[in-house]
Amino acid sequence: MKLVVDNLDVRYGGVHAVRAVSFSVGAGELVGLIGPNGAGKSSTLNAIMGLIPAGGSVRLGDEELLGRRPEEIARTGLALVPEGRRIFSELSVEENLRLGLAGRRARNGPSTPFDGVYEQFPILHQFRRRQAGLLSGGQQQQLAIGRALVAEPDVLLLDEPSLGLAPNVVDFVFAALAVVRERGLAVLLAEQRAQRTVAAADRSHVLGGGELRLTLGPQDADDTDKLVGAYLS
Amino acid sequence: MTVTWQNLADGFSLGAIFALMAVGVGLVFGVLRLVNFAYGQLVMAGAFALALASQWGWPLWAGIVLCFAVVLALSLVMDRLVFRPLRGHSPAVMLVATFAVAFLLENIALLSFGSLGKIATSVTSLNRPWDIFGVQIRRIAVVAVIVAAACLLLLQLLLTRTEIGLHMRASSMDFATARMLGVRANRVIAVAVLISGALAAIVAVLLTVQSPLVTPDFALQNTIVVLAGVVVGGLNRPIPATLGGFSIGFATGLLGGALPTNQSQYLHAFVFAAVIVVLLVRPRGLFDFSRTVERV
Repeated sequence: MKLVVDNLDVRYGGVHAVRAVSFSVGAGELVGLIGPNGAGKSSTLNAIMGLIPAGGSVRLGDEELLGRRPEEIARTGLALVPEGRRIFSELSVEENLRLGLAGRRARNGPSTPFDGVYEQFPILHQFRRRQAGLLSGGQQQQLAIGRALVAEPDVLLLDEPSLGLAPNVVDFVFAALAVVRERGLAVLLAEQRAQRTVAAADRSHVLGGGELRLTLGPQDADDTDKLVGAYLS
Repeated sequence: MTVTWQNLADGFSLGAIFALMAVGVGLVFGVLRLVNFAYGQLVMAGAFALALASQWGWPLWAGIVLCFAVVLALSLVMDRLVFRPLRGHSPAVMLVATFAVAFLLENIALLSFGSLGKIATSVTSLNRPWDIFGVQIRRIAVVAVIVAAACLLLLQLLLTRTEIGLHMRASSMDFATARMLGVRANRVIAVAVLISGALAAIVAVLLTVQSPLVTPDFALQNTIVVLAGVVVGGLNRPIPATLGGFSIGFATGLLGGALPTNQSQYLHAFVFAAVIVVLLVRPRGLFDFSRTVERV
């Protein structure tokens, strides 16, 4: 399934946060969305997920998603790992994962729907009865990604998953995303860590002031001038 | 002041009834962030259904069925016509709207049935005393406690053991994130409103047995006391709400029976003064022991 974003437009009152942004993410692709704070990365992801109103078009396969409610969009095969993780800290780890099942399309999926996630993130299995708020930041990020994955989405959206994590945990998160892409999901990753993202993604779009400024490939990851230039342009 | 066994039993049964109302109010608050001031009018409507059924000579069970039907239908109508269109508005707007609904319903009852009200005669059999080890206890006191305990246990099982229960709990913690994960907002709200309505219907039956004279302001004062109890206990979580509702109901029932009449008229003044003190000392509620654990 291919996610196609066409002429996406988001306004908050007088602020034009996203201006006519167009891009696409195919199955098995990892696409980066980079840019400084306030560039419109979160607005783009939230608009795709139906959390904020937007103009333009967002299609998954042949289905138009724009204008639908977020719970319906979740059920068409999109899952968002939101900024700040937004896990339910008073619920247990496993209850958080069970909530992820709400977005699963096939009602009678596997009887042990968490096996895949527990295999990828063993710490979640070990702490499955623990209150989610007691996990460390990195563990909570694994939970947020796992919660999105149990819905078995076609498209995984991530909003700054590396924010506030220790460097070795950031490595772990990027490695996990590589595994997810290998499985054939379309992955859209919004990040401030430009260099890491450009290196990991098939292509990375640079957002600035709500507009798509340019597109970088993995070969540009070590081209510091180009990266810095992209941010300052 | 002398406390008799009957006073204690009255305290327990009023506490049980108030606990049910507190949970009913708290459930809807959890998912809609709306304090439903019109909750008492749901109970009033159910009580009138019982009174009418007994006037028509219906058997008790048919009256109870009618009571449930009326209260549940009214709950759904309230949700569709008032709560849903106002969802997401400021709490002040929603509170004022439920005030309006409350007085609308009360005045409809006033126009339809007059201020003198009706008597539900069919339920009085439950009001006779039982002789337990030489102590006279009204049956309704025992029935109320058992019914309330069973309802709250069932509700707790629903909330902790079922999928819809998990969705309801998550929605009351962070509705936006729950919806983002695919939790159906309208279904969660409808279930909360229906359970809340069912509790109102049960309360209507229990209260009507205790005081069979049904007037348009039936349960109005109780609702105010319960809202105070919910605030004392802590909104949003069933167990604190239960404890809050129970303790304020128990205090009211016990003192109301035990104090001589010339003192019990000050009872509500004392109860609300106590509520103010509690809110000053423990703003998050008397029974909210949850630690906020959040890591960044």
